[in-house]
Amino acid sequence: MAKPPLPVDVLAHTYGPHLNYEPPGGWTQSARGPADRLVKTHCSFCGMQCGIQLKVRDNKVVGFEPWEEFPFNHGMLCPKGVKRYLQGDHPDRLLTSLARTDAGFSPIGYDAALDLTARRLAEIRDRYGPDAIAVYGGASMITEKAYVLGKFARVALGTRHIDYNGRLCMVSAGTAYRLTFGIDRAPNPWTDLTRADVVMIAGSNTAECAPITTHYLWQCRERGGRLIVIDPRMTPIARQADLYLPVRPGTDLALFLAMMHVLVRDGMLDREYLAAHTTGFDAVEASVRDWTPERAAAITGVPPANIVTAAQWIGRTRRAMGLHARGIEHHSKGVENCLAMVNLYLATGNFGREGAGCMMITGQGNGQGGREHGQKADQLPGMRSITDPEARRYIASVWGVEEASIPGPGLSAPEIMEAIHRGEIKALFAMCFNPLVSLPDAAFTRDALSKLEFFAIVDFFLSETAHHADVVLCGSLHEEDEGIICSAEGRVQKINKAVDPPGDARSDARIICDLAARLGKGSLFAFPSTREIYEELRLASKGGLADYYGITWERIEQELGVFWPCPSLDHPGTVRLFEDGRFYHKDGKAHLQVTAWRESGDPTDAEYPILLTTGRVVSHYLSGTQTRRIGPLVEQCPEPFVEIHPRLAARYGIADGDWVRVVTRRSDLVAQAAIVRTIRPDTIFIPYHWPGRRSANRLTHRTLDPRSKIPEYKVSACRIEKAPAPPDLEALRREETGWTPEVRARPATQKGI
Amino acid sequence: MAEYEFFVDPSRCIGCRSCVAACAECDSHRGVSMIHVDYLDRRNSIATVPTVCMHCVEPTCALVCPADAIKQGEDGVVRSALKPRCIACSNCVLACPFGVPMVHVEPEVMMKCDMCYDRTSVGLRPMCATVCPSQALSYGPPDVIARQRTSAPVRDFRFGHAHVRTKVFMMTPVAQPVLAVDVEDYLWKDCDGDEGWIVDKAVVD
Repeated sequence: MAKPPLPVDVLAHTYGPHLNYEPPGGWTQSARGPADRLVKTHCSFCGMQCGIQLKVRDNKVVGFEPWEEFPFNHGMLCPKGVKRYLQGDHPDRLLTSLARTDAGFSPIGYDAALDLTARRLAEIRDRYGPDAIAVYGGASMITEKAYVLGKFARVALGTRHIDYNGRLCMVSAGTAYRLTFGIDRAPNPWTDLTRADVVMIAGSNTAECAPITTHYLWQCRERGGRLIVIDPRMTPIARQADLYLPVRPGTDLALFLAMMHVLVRDGMLDREYLAAHTTGFDAVEASVRDWTPERAAAITGVPPANIVTAAQWIGRTRRAMGLHARGIEHHSKGVENCLAMVNLYLATGNFGREGAGCMMITGQGNGQGGREHGQKADQLPGMRSITDPEARRYIASVWGVEEASIPGPGLSAPEIMEAIHRGEIKALFAMCFNPLVSLPDAAFTRDALSKLEFFAIVDFFLSETAHHADVVLCGSLHEEDEGIICSAEGRVQKINKAVDPPGDARSDARIICDLAARLGKGSLFAFPSTREIYEELRLASKGGLADYYGITWERIEQELGVFWPCPSLDHPGTVRLFEDGRFYHKDGKAHLQVTAWRESGDPTDAEYPILLTTGRVVSHYLSGTQTRRIGPLVEQCPEPFVEIHPRLAARYGIADGDWVRVVTRRSDLVAQAAIVRTIRPDTIFIPYHWPGRRSANRLTHRTLDPRSKIPEYKVSACRIEKAPAPPDLEALRREETGWTPEVRARPATQKGI
Repeated sequence: MAEYEFFVDPSRCIGCRSCVAACAECDSHRGVSMIHVDYLDRRNSIATVPTVCMHCVEPTCALVCPADAIKQGEDGVVRSALKPRCIACSNCVLACPFGVPMVHVEPEVMMKCDMCYDRTSVGLRPMCATVCPSQALSYGPPDVIARQRTSAPVRDFRFGHAHVRTKVFMMTPVAQPVLAVDVEDYLWKDCDGDEGWIVDKAVVD
C-alpha cells in the first residue's frame, strides 16, 4: 500500500515530532511534589545502559534521580539519559492503534487492529508463501521481546526473513568475533580500560556515542596510560590523545596491516601465546610482508612514523587494549577492519587479562542482548547458528515444534528492503526500527515501502517509516515493560517497569503473543507476561554460546547484573572472556584471519572528489524517533550540519554558517557549514539523525559488507557547492515535522481520543 | 558531606552538556540551567569548558550588589539573588571575575549556581557533578581526588590586583599555588602601589 495517506506535513501536525520541554504538569510547585516512588532501571538509549532511577507519580515518569550505587556508571549520565524522561507523557505518544484510511490514519480498537493485521498477513502468506512476509526487529527492545519476535517470525508466520536494526550497528564486529574467537561479545569489562598501559580507539566518537566510557579512559590516563585515537575527525576524545592518527575514511585496514607489519618486522610478537592459543598466524604474517608503514601512509594519510609508534606502544606492553565502533565497522570491509584490528592484540598476547583485550563498543541499548536470542537472520536463541542441525533440534524441542518447520537463514535487514523493492517480499511487520531514516539511500527505501502490499508496524510514536504503514499497533515505551538487556560489556541487566502503557497501548510482547494467537499459534505463545518469556528464553539459551540459564531476574537485581555465559544457577557469570587462553571454537583456539586490502564501494572521482562520512551527536540517538521529540536535546543540536575543513571550504568559497549543497551519486542535501580544523581537509561530516530533506542517508550508498551485510555509511564520494540561498527551512519543517512556532505553542492533541 | 569539595577540570570536558541538562532539572530553578558550557574556539579546536559558580570566599558579586540581595550560606555556598531584593541591575554579572551570574529578564532576578545545597545538605552530590560522564565536574573528598588525579587543585586566583579565593577548586595540569591571569602577577616587583608596575625602575636599580 503504503505511501503516506496524507502529506507528511499534515501527518506531522498531529503526530509530530513535537518538542516536549517540561515534565508532566510543568514546572509549577504544585506539579513538582514528591515522587510516589523511584524505579531503578536503565537508560533507554545506547549500549552503555547506565543505571538510572525514574521518578514516578500518578503512573507518569516525572523526572529522574541518579543511581549512584550502580557499578557501571555510578550515577553518571549523558544528556540523553538526563532528558529521557520527557519521552513519556509526550503529546506525540500514540494512545490507540491506527489504521490507514483515505482521510489519513484513524484510531482503531486493539482487537480490530490485531484482526486486520492477522487477516492480511495470513492472506499474503497463503497467496505468496510465508517468505513473502518479512519481520523487522530492533536492538532497543528488551531481550524478551527480541526472543519472542524471533519465535513469532519462524513459528507463527513461518518466514525465514527476520532481521533487525542491529544489522546497521555492530554486525561487522560480531561477524569478526565469531570468526576469530568463536563468540560474539566484548571480552573485557569496562573497568579493564582503567588498568591498561595503552588504549587504542579506532573509529569511535566515544565521548558522544558512548559518553560514560570517557571517565574510564580519563582514569586510564591519570594512571599514566596512553591513548591512541584513529579517526578522521578530532573528536572530544582525540583532543586528549597521546597519539592521534587521522586516517582517511575507508582505509583503516591499511593502517592495521601496516601495524602488524611493524610488529612482525620489529620482533614484538608473543610467539608463545600465538603457538599455544591461536591458529592462522603464519598466513597473516605472510600477508603483511609488503605492508610497510610507507605504503599504508600513502593510502591512509597517516605519517609512517606514527604508524610505527602505534604498533610499538601496543607491541611493547602486555597491557594493551583496543576499542572499536562503527567508524571501522560501517564499511564494505567492516569485517576485515575488525579482524585486522583484533589480530594485533592476539599477535601480542594481549587478551584474557586485566587491562588486555580488544573490544567493540556495542552501540544500541540492547545491541548485545538483542542479537543473541533470535531476531538475527542467521541465528536461533543462545547465539546458535540456524543452520546447525543440533541447534535446530534443541530449539524445536523448546518451542514444541517440528525441527523441519523452523525456516533456514533469511535475508539481512538491507537485503529485505531490496527484496521488497524487487517485489519479492510483499508484507512487512516491523517494530523498533525506523528504516526510512536509518537505511542508506533513503529514496530507495521510500520507493520500496510504497511497493508493500501490507505493512504493519508496532510503535509508540508515529515514526517516519510508520507514515507508510497500513496498521500501526500502539506499543510500549522502554519504561512500560519489564525484562532484561545486555550491555556493551556483556552484563545482563534488569529493566524495570515504571508505568503502565497509557490509553489503549499494550506491551509490545503482548501484541506479538496476541497476534500469534490470531494466526492459530496461541498455544506456543501462552505467555502471561515477559517473565514467562524470559523463563523460556533461559531454557532456549541453555547450552548455547550465549548461555543465560544461570541468570534469573532475581540474581540480576541482587548482583547488579550478571555477565554471560552463565550456564548454571551457582555459576558466577563470566566477567572476562579467554582468561584461560581458551577461545570458543571447538579446538579452543583463536582463529586469526587473513584480510586483503580493497577500496570502498563508492570511490571518489573527478565529479565526486570529496569523502563524506556520517555519524552521531551526543544529544540525539539513531533515527531520532525519540530524541527529536525532546525539546532540550533538539535545542542542543536542532539541525544537521556539514563539518568542513577551512582549506576545503576556501576552495569552494564557503564560510562558516553558509548553506552548502552536498551531492552524491544518489541525491543531495542542503545544510549549514561548520568550518572546523578538527576534520581532514578531504573529508566532510554530517550527522544522520534527521528525516526527509535533512537526512544524511539520502546521500549514503547501499554497498554492503559481503559477510556482515552492514551498509557502508562511513564513506561515500560527494561534491560540495555553496548553496545560492538557504532552503526555506520553515517550509521544510512544515513538510517534514510540523515544527513551527505555532505548533510548538499549541496544546497537546489527544490523538484518536 | 562537609568534607566533600567541588572540582572543575576543563581538560576532561567533552562538551556533552549533560551538566547543563541535569542542572535544569532542579526543582528550585525549574528548567533553567545555571551552567555554561562553551567552545573556546570551535573553528580551531573541539575543546569545551564548563563554567560553574566558583563560590568565592569573599564573593565579588555580593560585594558589588547595591540591593544586598546576594547571600552566602554558612556552608560557604553563594546563593542566587533573593528575588524580593534583586533589582536586576547586572552589577554582579559585570563584576564576577569568572563570568557566572546571569540576569533573567522575565523574572528580573539574578540566578546562578547554588551548588545544589538542597542536595548536598541531605548527603547527595550536586546534580552536575553526579551525572558528568567525564568527571570534569566532580564532587568528592579531596584526598580521593588527590589519589586519582595527576592534575592539582587550585583555589587561589589573581586577577592583577585582585586576589580571589574560591570554595570550588580548579584542576590545573601543573601544581601551582595561585592561578594568575595578569602579566603583572608574574613581574618581579610587588605591583601594589602607584609606581610599582614600572619595571625599568627596578631594572635600573
